[in-house]
Amino acid sequence: MPSLRIVLQVFVLLIGMTASTKAGPYEEALPKFAADSYADTETALSAIANSGHARALTVVEALRDGRLLLGAGQVYLKEVSGTLIDVATGQAANPTGNLKPIRVNNRVRRATEAALGSLTLLSADPATRLNAARAVFRSRDVAALSALERAIAQESDVHVRDALEGARAAIILSKPDALISDKKAAIEILEARGDQQALALLTTLPSDAPPELVKAAGDAAEGIQTRLAFWNALQNVWYGISLGSVLLLAAIGLAITFGTMGVINMAHGEMVMIGAYTTFVVQETIRGYAPGLFDASLFIALPLAFLAAGTVGIMIERGVIRFLYGRPLETLLATWGLSLILQQGVRTIFGPTNREVGTPAWMSGALEVSGLSLTYNRIAIVIFAFSVFAVLLLVMRYTSLGLYVRAVTQNRRMAASMGIRTNRIDALAFGLGSGVAGIAGVALSQIDNVSPNLGQGYIIDSFMVVVFGGVGNLWGTLVGAMTLGAANKMLEPYAGAVLGKIVILIAIILFIQRRPRGLFALKGRAVEA
Amino acid sequence: MTTQSVLDKQSIVVLSLLAAVAVLVPVLNGLAVPGSALHLSDHLVPLLGKYICFALLALSVDLIWGYCGILSLGHGAFFALGGYAMGMYLMRQIGPRGVYAHPVLPDFMVFLNWKDLPWFWYGFDVFPFAMLMVLLVPGILAFIFGWLAFRSRVTGVYLSIITQAMTYALMLAFFRNNMGFGGNNGLTDFKDILGFPLQSASTRRVLFVLSVAALGAGYLLCRWLVGSKFGKVLVAVRDAESRTRFLGYRVEHYKLAVFTISAMLAGVAGALYVPQVGIINPSEFAPANSIELVIWVAVGGRGTLAGAILGALVVNAGKTWFTGALPEFWLFALGGLFIFVTLFTPRGILGAGQGLWERAKQMLGSKPSRSSFSGGGVVP
Repeated sequence: MPSLRIVLQVFVLLIGMTASTKAGPYEEALPKFAADSYADTETALSAIANSGHARALTVVEALRDGRLLLGAGQVYLKEVSGTLIDVATGQAANPTGNLKPIRVNNRVRRATEAALGSLTLLSADPATRLNAARAVFRSRDVAALSALERAIAQESDVHVRDALEGARAAIILSKPDALISDKKAAIEILEARGDQQALALLTTLPSDAPPELVKAAGDAAEGIQTRLAFWNALQNVWYGISLGSVLLLAAIGLAITFGTMGVINMAHGEMVMIGAYTTFVVQETIRGYAPGLFDASLFIALPLAFLAAGTVGIMIERGVIRFLYGRPLETLLATWGLSLILQQGVRTIFGPTNREVGTPAWMSGALEVSGLSLTYNRIAIVIFAFSVFAVLLLVMRYTSLGLYVRAVTQNRRMAASMGIRTNRIDALAFGLGSGVAGIAGVALSQIDNVSPNLGQGYIIDSFMVVVFGGVGNLWGTLVGAMTLGAANKMLEPYAGAVLGKIVILIAIILFIQRRPRGLFALKGRAVEA
Repeated sequence: MTTQSVLDKQSIVVLSLLAAVAVLVPVLNGLAVPGSALHLSDHLVPLLGKYICFALLALSVDLIWGYCGILSLGHGAFFALGGYAMGMYLMRQIGPRGVYAHPVLPDFMVFLNWKDLPWFWYGFDVFPFAMLMVLLVPGILAFIFGWLAFRSRVTGVYLSIITQAMTYALMLAFFRNNMGFGGNNGLTDFKDILGFPLQSASTRRVLFVLSVAALGAGYLLCRWLVGSKFGKVLVAVRDAESRTRFLGYRVEHYKLAVFTISAMLAGVAGALYVPQVGIINPSEFAPANSIELVIWVAVGGRGTLAGAILGALVVNAGKTWFTGALPEFWLFALGGLFIFVTLFTPRGILGAGQGLWERAKQMLGSKPSRSSFSGGGVVP
């Protein structure tokens, strides 16, 4: 609502102008400082704080910091930058003679703090008001109560109003002489607020509080705890989905190569790495030649990463793997060798340290939904993972390449007899799987360190996902990734990250005993070996 | 086959070479004058001892991979477990000589503010108990793991992947400080073994000779196993598992037995390795290590036993040289080795050597007879 803000600003400006043109309470209060007696200073202070003058806040702050100076009966303000200002006119001043700071004692200091709290509570900037309300909530200073009530009465912003109400409730709850009915209302407000701070306040009621109040507070605290547990669980579910999407991205390419050819590609993680480094190169180029395109860098990197990783994949298939069909264990070893070479190659070219991959502006920040905090880059990755999954599903279902790949997966020799060039399908499927790993690398470059070891971190997890979900079935990969992601995040609060991971690994090892071909095994008639 | 086959030509060559090494290395190190061309410097003895331990580890992998077709990508775990059992014994031997001078607790436990020795450390101050654990801990883990895996017929790459998951899980577990195994620092700062100081050259010579002896014994055990009827069934399982099962053999029992024996061998290798290198830490569990040791076997020649020993020695010597001279290129060389061996020499050095030898023998043997000048004698 920019128009409303402008109207407000104009309004505030008008008030300030009228106040400074004719002698108001502000101008009348100023000479009182000249006496430099504590009692006069305090009167002047409260008058200025309540004046609503535009410079009131700066004056009170200056008094607190000892920057309010006195010289020849005139009051000057030394700004933080060091320039002197005549407090009455607001103009820069150049007084002659000695200047000394106005003295303060503890009493004045307390009055200054309270005045500051109420001044910022009434500030024109909603963010300042919100911060002030939060500060009052923490300090629970009874002196701020009247200012709070005034602020609540004229508050227009719903968020700030809630914060102010919460602060008022906190003060009333800890104020010894408040009415019990008021305190009960305060408890209700705090319960509605429902965060950790409110909970702490409700559970630390003084021991001499009346029993009905203690009971009300206990009920309210319980209600908050339930709600917090709910949001916490929801947040964990989100973390689970987010981790699951990362696993899905890393594993889905593997599901294709492993699924069609039964080839264990240990260099799969390095395809992810190639994608991430492609992103790095694209961003460096954009930084050098077209900085304006930076926000689009990921979209530029996606097709390039697909091409780069896919090309490497096809080269691997044509150069090494096709000689090893039917010997899966040897394939495993050879691709492991390839992964070592690719890692060292990248290390030689780009250096062993992490490379900086930037985050476009639209991906930074977080979406706050009441108790949840969802960062935009995670949201983007979740959406991206599911889009990649959907596109792959469509490719496998509705394109001729998908049809051929599925045919070769189900029965290689029959497919060959039907005229499908299985060699070519192998190479293309391998390229597709590697390319998908490459675009996964673009996404993962946003949340992980882009280093030569990037791929190593994902390879075991991806295998777990594919083996758990079942080979040759994309849905299995989806279910596998989401299950493992959720289980990991569910275990984390209880067992810690490392122990949780160990538990998951053991669970998968045991699971494979039950279903050696994964959750969604392809049904066939062939007896293996 | 009878027990006679244990001492065939290959065995005799291997054993006499090992015996020669067991005699020569200590003699050249201990008796030759330092500085002379024949002298073997002190730091080389534990290095060679390390290679010998790796050779024993490779032997254990060849037993299951070469003869039973089980590709374990987690054999480093059994090696490391044996090493940890030995390390725990050596740790207890330090006694009050640690930095914190605690009478019972090892340094890292004092550092973590532990008050009592955890129960699983009990007994490790007794050497025979520790040696029993060197065999039992890897053996029992392999038995449980194998029993689960083979009973439900997890084979091929699936087995490889879950063995990898096993060693990965163990690595994560041992990295945790509160597991009671020293966290990521592992166990180190050992002082002596059975009262002999580990730093002294003579202890190292003895450890070297013991390692060679263990390798020889392990080799004989494997040779005897694969030569027996048991070994013939293993090969049958490797070549046609289902058919063997249909013939009435309980395939899973055979696999389980050989897997457990192999794990115990790996444990012994680890136990000998630790006092010679002076440290054991969780990185020994890293999946990459386990994969690397498979390539030693492949380089030497899988299913030959002697090849595993040869491969371990050659690759590790190469690694030492590369990481010293051309550290940048070691991973290129290792990776290239993986690809080259699987693509071009599936039978390894030994297999390739044998092929050349046969060919040469045939060429030599056919030369005297004039009729072979037509070139028909050469085997493709």
